[in-house]
Amino acid sequence: MQHHQGAHADAALRIDEASGRFQVARSNYTDPSLHAAEMEAIFAKCWLFVGHESELPKPNDFVTRRVAGRPVIYLRDREGKVRCLLNVCPHRGAQVCRQKKGSAKLFSCIYHGWAFENSGRNINIAESETYHEQFNAPGSNAQLNDLVPVPRFESYRGLWFLNFDPGAVSLHDYLGNAREYIDIVMDQAELGMQVVGEMQEYSARANWKLLAENSTDILHVTTLHPTYLDLVKTNSAGTMVRGKVMGKSIDLGNGHAVVEREASYGRPIAKWMPMWGEEARVEIEAIYAKLVGRYGKERADRMSTCARNLLIFPNLVINDIMSVTLRTFQPTAVDYMEVSVWAIAPGEEFGKPALSRRLTNFLEFLGPGGFATPDDIEALESCQRAFAAHREAPWNDLSKGLGRKPDATDELPQRVFWLQWRDRLMQRAG
Amino acid sequence: MSLLAALTRPEAEDFLILEASLLNEWKLEAWRALFTEECRYLVPNTNGDPYASPESSLYLIADDGHHLTERVKRLNKKTAHAEYPRSRTRRLISNVRFLERGKAMVKVESSFITYRSAQGVTDTFFGRHEHCLVEQDGGLRIAEKRTILDMEALRPQGRLSIIV
Repeated sequence: MQHHQGAHADAALRIDEASGRFQVARSNYTDPSLHAAEMEAIFAKCWLFVGHESELPKPNDFVTRRVAGRPVIYLRDREGKVRCLLNVCPHRGAQVCRQKKGSAKLFSCIYHGWAFENSGRNINIAESETYHEQFNAPGSNAQLNDLVPVPRFESYRGLWFLNFDPGAVSLHDYLGNAREYIDIVMDQAELGMQVVGEMQEYSARANWKLLAENSTDILHVTTLHPTYLDLVKTNSAGTMVRGKVMGKSIDLGNGHAVVEREASYGRPIAKWMPMWGEEARVEIEAIYAKLVGRYGKERADRMSTCARNLLIFPNLVINDIMSVTLRTFQPTAVDYMEVSVWAIAPGEEFGKPALSRRLTNFLEFLGPGGFATPDDIEALESCQRAFAAHREAPWNDLSKGLGRKPDATDELPQRVFWLQWRDRLMQRAG
Repeated sequence: MSLLAALTRPEAEDFLILEASLLNEWKLEAWRALFTEECRYLVPNTNGDPYASPESSLYLIADDGHHLTERVKRLNKKTAHAEYPRSRTRRLISNVRFLERGKAMVKVESSFITYRSAQGVTDTFFGRHEHCLVEQDGGLRIAEKRTILDMEALRPQGRLSIIV
């Protein structure tokens, strides 16, 4: 099986530096056997985003979700510790929590009544007197009666990740050079970034790698999103018109990549646009002045006027664009993925007009009802439909910018993703 | 007697049927004209409280009058790729009743099923609308339309590229 995966992955990319060509086999998006191989080589080995710490403000708060297909309970236990437990009863396997979110000190299985503290510790076994005396005795294998935690669970700047590989490198090392770009997003908040309301949940009838490619793809904006650009032009009274995108694409290692460039739209931190009015101009100038005070002019300018699209391999996107969004996507089949999206905002904006501006900016572009994201979904699904012709038209092209210092609309982030994907499937990556 | 005070349930239903027919026929400018200038068109998130404030909660759509006008402009462009070629849609409206009858505003609830067919796939959206209707220039206008989806998530529909 290992050999087969490797052989498959070797044929997955065709790279000819002499003619500046980088090609990806379209069967990579359509071969059902690859889904299982990716689940093993990537989703069981890489750090995967679970949630933001602000989703669990109080002890006993929990949310349930699926990460790489596994049902998990992401919770804050009664002592305030954030945990991630597999949502499967150690007895006969039912989900011990079937609510999407809530507050609970314990979880009780509906099937036979086994019950657990939110630390995962077993506190009830049905008809326990009928079991062997050693079955649940301290010092025996009583922990087998507890809920199973995910093997690794670590956080960085409020972002919680799990890893199903007990031997994985630390999250800190895995993120590596990407930490600088997470920092520049999180540092925008004085009182910490917090999730605004609830996550949006949608889907796409497309292979998950298409969304990984799309999320750091700036080249498509002009062709795929003209209706959004029209809206920005209207909102800015004609002052914000997309010209050449000034910026760069950066390989951050481990499959992570970022595109950082001048934003061509208003940003809540801290780039004013006319539709927001004069009051907002004053507020945004104050936000900017504070950023300069905290970080100096150069970093404050970078925070304010630049947008960033960051992909953390394999499936976390942090886009600090017209608003800040976290996006993760879970493949459930080779041609279908579930997408979850959060809006995050600085804590100090809550209850103020700044938050409303941020949400308006978000919805103008992002989400399944935005002026842009539905067109992305359409493009991804269009690719997936067309890839049915992969036998006769086998290759996608990702050559743009190969062999030069890549700018913001080059296809470097996509190449970085695919090289990591290949190395992971061939088990060459650490 | 004012139009609002005299409004019967069948008349309110007729108004919603008219609205649905304009959307089915993609007569979006005529549909926009059913709204007041300073209207709201709201589709709350499928998660959380559907009455949470759009100023402090993430919605799916939270258009004010300006954004609704722009949304209509977008959907009439060939570059609204998610809806060009245009999908075929059919909206069924039922269970119409008054929730509130004020002097200046009546609130009408209806249940809906909307079918959307495009690119070989048919999706179903279902839930309820709450229309706040006011009188303007001798006719009924929508001051606010809140569309509360009953689906757990936008899966497998994936998008709200139409006005459901």
